[in-house]
Amino acid sequence: MDGFREGFAWAIFSAPLVSFALILLILRRYPRQAGYVANLAVLIGFVLSIWALSVEISRDGAAMPFHAHQWLHAGPLTIPFGVHLDGFTAVMLVVVTSVSLMVHFYSQAYMDGDEHYVQFFAYLSLFTASMTGLVLADNVLMLYIFWELVGICSYLLIGFWYHRPAAAAAAKKAFIVTRFGDMWFLAAVLLIWTKTGTFNIATIQEAAHAGMISTAVITLFALGVFAGAIGKSAQFPLHVWLPDAMEGPTPVSALIHAATMVAAGVYLVARLFPVFEASQGAMDVVAIVGAATAFIAATIGVVMTDIKRVLAYSTISQLGYMMLSLGVGGYVAAIFHLLNHAFFKALLFLGSGSVSHTSGTFDMRKMGGLRRAMPWTYATFVIGSLSLAGIFPFSGFWSKDEVLLGAWDRGGWVGYLAFSLGMLVVFLTAFYIFRAVFITFHGEYRGGEREAGHGAHGSGTPHESPWIMVGPLVLLAVPSVLSGFANINGGFGTLLNGALPPALREAHLGVNVGLAAFSVVVGLAGVGLAYLTYDLQVVSAEALGRTFRPAYVFLWNKWFMDELYEGILVRRVLYGGVCAGLAWFDRTAVDGAVNGAGATARFAGSMWRRVQNGQIQAYGFVLVGGAVIIAAIALLLNPVR
Amino acid sequence: MLTIAIFLPTLAALVIALTPRSRPDLPRAIALVFSLVVLALAAIMFVSLDRGFQGFQFTNHVTWVRTSLGGFSFQYYVGLDGISAALVLLTAFLNVVAVLVSWGIALRPKEYFIWLLVIESGVLGVFSSLDLLLFFLFWEVELVPMYLLISIWGSGRKEYSATKFVLYTVAGSSFMIVGILALGFTAHTFEIPEIMRNGVREAAIPLGFIFFALFSGFAVKLPMFPLHTWLPDAHTDAPTAVSVILAGALLKMGGYGIIRLCVGLLPQTAHDWGLAITLLGAIGVVYGALVTLRQTDLKRLIAYSSVSHMGFVLIGVGALGQLGLTGATVQMVTHGLVTGMLFVMVGLVYERTHTRQIPELGGLARQMPWIAAAFVVAGVASLGLPMLAGFVGEVVVFLGAFSKYAATTIVAVSGVVLAAGYILWMLQRVFFGPPKEQWAHLGDARHWSEWLAMGAMTASIVAVGIYPQWIIDAIDHGVVPIASRLG
Repeated sequence: MDGFREGFAWAIFSAPLVSFALILLILRRYPRQAGYVANLAVLIGFVLSIWALSVEISRDGAAMPFHAHQWLHAGPLTIPFGVHLDGFTAVMLVVVTSVSLMVHFYSQAYMDGDEHYVQFFAYLSLFTASMTGLVLADNVLMLYIFWELVGICSYLLIGFWYHRPAAAAAAKKAFIVTRFGDMWFLAAVLLIWTKTGTFNIATIQEAAHAGMISTAVITLFALGVFAGAIGKSAQFPLHVWLPDAMEGPTPVSALIHAATMVAAGVYLVARLFPVFEASQGAMDVVAIVGAATAFIAATIGVVMTDIKRVLAYSTISQLGYMMLSLGVGGYVAAIFHLLNHAFFKALLFLGSGSVSHTSGTFDMRKMGGLRRAMPWTYATFVIGSLSLAGIFPFSGFWSKDEVLLGAWDRGGWVGYLAFSLGMLVVFLTAFYIFRAVFITFHGEYRGGEREAGHGAHGSGTPHESPWIMVGPLVLLAVPSVLSGFANINGGFGTLLNGALPPALREAHLGVNVGLAAFSVVVGLAGVGLAYLTYDLQVVSAEALGRTFRPAYVFLWNKWFMDELYEGILVRRVLYGGVCAGLAWFDRTAVDGAVNGAGATARFAGSMWRRVQNGQIQAYGFVLVGGAVIIAAIALLLNPVR
Repeated sequence: MLTIAIFLPTLAALVIALTPRSRPDLPRAIALVFSLVVLALAAIMFVSLDRGFQGFQFTNHVTWVRTSLGGFSFQYYVGLDGISAALVLLTAFLNVVAVLVSWGIALRPKEYFIWLLVIESGVLGVFSSLDLLLFFLFWEVELVPMYLLISIWGSGRKEYSATKFVLYTVAGSSFMIVGILALGFTAHTFEIPEIMRNGVREAAIPLGFIFFALFSGFAVKLPMFPLHTWLPDAHTDAPTAVSVILAGALLKMGGYGIIRLCVGLLPQTAHDWGLAITLLGAIGVVYGALVTLRQTDLKRLIAYSSVSHMGFVLIGVGALGQLGLTGATVQMVTHGLVTGMLFVMVGLVYERTHTRQIPELGGLARQMPWIAAAFVVAGVASLGLPMLAGFVGEVVVFLGAFSKYAATTIVAVSGVVLAAGYILWMLQRVFFGPPKEQWAHLGDARHWSEWLAMGAMTASIVAVGIYPQWIIDAIDHGVVPIASRLG
């Protein structure tokens, strides 16, 4: 029976992998069929994920007793390869495959007519396989492997329109910036294997929880892992790649850069939560980085004019929320927020794709008034926005509330700092997302734009997108309303707690009515301010921008992080300084020494050659001269007495 | 069988020498057929190597010249263990690819293929020799053919580069022969298995000196920082196939020599040098990667990345443990495949554009989507993407070295970030961005030899990446006896 179940679990991962191979090897010339195969594969994965969830619900989230297989063995080293299925895994699987399914479905219309349609679905399949593999991995090295594969899929998909320089640059930037984090993750894996001799996550968790690993090692390991998560989940200070990643096709942004891949960092920290719990220092770092990220990204989101960039900063900010929650010990709340966020953010991204499909642009200043032409897109977008803003009873409200409550209960300066920043972010979030809603959908249509080779079909009159794109919006709107109720009696928490050692399981927090009311009021204030500014235009946005000019410039330039990294650190210091210096050193000193040695040898040779000139007189002269010198030396040393 | 495999390429060279000049298409066909047979033999030996039986297999032992002087004799003594079997397989495979990418050679094809095949014999001999003097003899075989191949069929400053290559190598091997003679006279035998069995007890000549002399010779070949500057020059000016063989097989002679002779025969001395080797490796990784970032010539860029990647070999060796040595050998094999493929791809691009200057290229993915795709595969394999070959060697090296030199290992791990930088930036500048007008007329891979070379390299990289156990099993067979003597 277990073997049977393990096979099903593997199939979730291998169905899209098979689809990738099929498309690449056989279906290259059959775009339609390639799309169908990819859709079918992820549908299989989705159905099996639902099955896995139902199994786990019946087991209260306890792990299935699967055994690891062996991938690589050399002397003292064994790298296992196995699946791990518990309540947490099942939830993640459902999130990944359901969003992926919606995106696959939607892409059939959105990418229609693109000359690389087939590759697009091949990459999507490979991505889905890698992400499910990441979630199912039972050991940290295998997790790292899929972690990297997810990264390369992201690279391929961001740079999908590779002829556009911005896309090619963004793809490269995403991979390198995240790899800077991955390096520390790999170092952490090396450390933990050296200290414990295992890669197995469950074993590491138990050892950490039982105090069998020294605190210093646990802290270093946790910080290394967290550095990886900072890269992948776009946390400050490695968040800079995510906004640029919006150069990829919009379905990709929805799938990878909103709902699933970027959640991998949160997943990783949550998966190793018992290890983090064993180090208060690491927990505090997570909480502070998360809170800072949530705040910084939200402030930038307020001034962006590209709808996808608003959503991108929103994603960074919300991921910061999840990290914040983990850092203050809110494990269930973080995953709960991850779940809700995945649905409403995928919805918002696909909605932004829908408006650009008709307007040909992502610049909100060129849209406006689309509410009348696109009623379905508008309605679903507003639902997603309400959920993001955390307005009762939409899903974002429930999880955001649990996060804030966790921070408040944590107390101490870390807890209160996280709580205050979190509350500030509630206001900012509500403001920026409804700013986007009002600019995009209200007022008068400002004409859109025709943009070549964008997969967009701008035309004079805006119109609703085809049903194949609207369908996923509607389907995603359902959980954006309802998924918040999953934990109303703690059922979701029970499922997730099954993945933890019993001592770490959390009691259900319930709802603190006072706090909930306060945060909803704060959120509504944000919505109200956006309404006054951008719909009624009672408050002038331009005047505000002028009054707070320095702040506006600072935010508009994204806190100057890109200038710092690319302009100064990479271009000046690394490329122009260190690399140039070493390249010069290599040419002049290292190679110069070699050529110098050669030149010296040649010079000595040429001198020697001049001596051997074949003239007997000269030889005779040297001979006699030499004899005289020797005689002179002999005389000097042994003077005749 | 081993002896046949070693000398079959020489036989092929002789056959080619007999072909008439009026048939310029014959040499390549003969070269291909013989290379395939050698590959088949190498594969058979690799598969049938008895993993349960420790020690050298497929041995041939003939005393060649016997001297009355102290009982020394010069012997033809060859055999394989897992390490050499893996490297022999690699060499035979790359040679097939090298012949394929030379399919279009028009200038004096006869001599070209003769020299290419003579090199193969030499390299196979190095990996199979069980006698130190024979080892040295085979070591020197590649020298003259390489000089000719670079200086006649090369490009750019080809005479300068060829001369530099020869002089540098000769300087290295003059150290090496001193080391070999000193070792042989100290141990009273030149037979590698016997020295391994009995060790080197009395030391008329300080063992540290012998180690140093041998190591210097191999370090030049590897190449190790700061003895690497011949490599970028040789690569840049060599024809494609020679670059493939140079990067894929010749450099491995250096790493192989360090493992087989320095560590294998002088394990106690190696202990004193472990830290120094690791440090030099880590410096090579980071230094090589940083210099790579500045390169604007495609081949130079890959050559410097080789300096960086061979640093991983030294780190694995310096850890002086089973895992490190296994990792170092795996890294040699995977680097041979990955960098070999990168040079193949550069060759295909160069044949079309006639320039390797990165700033002049751009947007080529439009004209040559398949070449671009294969280049991307080779590139991401080079930056250590899991499920492709490059990752396996690196991660085993890291795991082997971390317990001993944690900080140095982390410094080396930063090399993978830099690798992502130079590889992806290179791909972006060459293949992505808007297509350029002057390249509009170019086409994708067309000839079957191009497809076969690309396909075979890709398949090998994927095969090692997805299931590396088949290669590690063999390598472990050779590493265990060496590691057990390290104590």
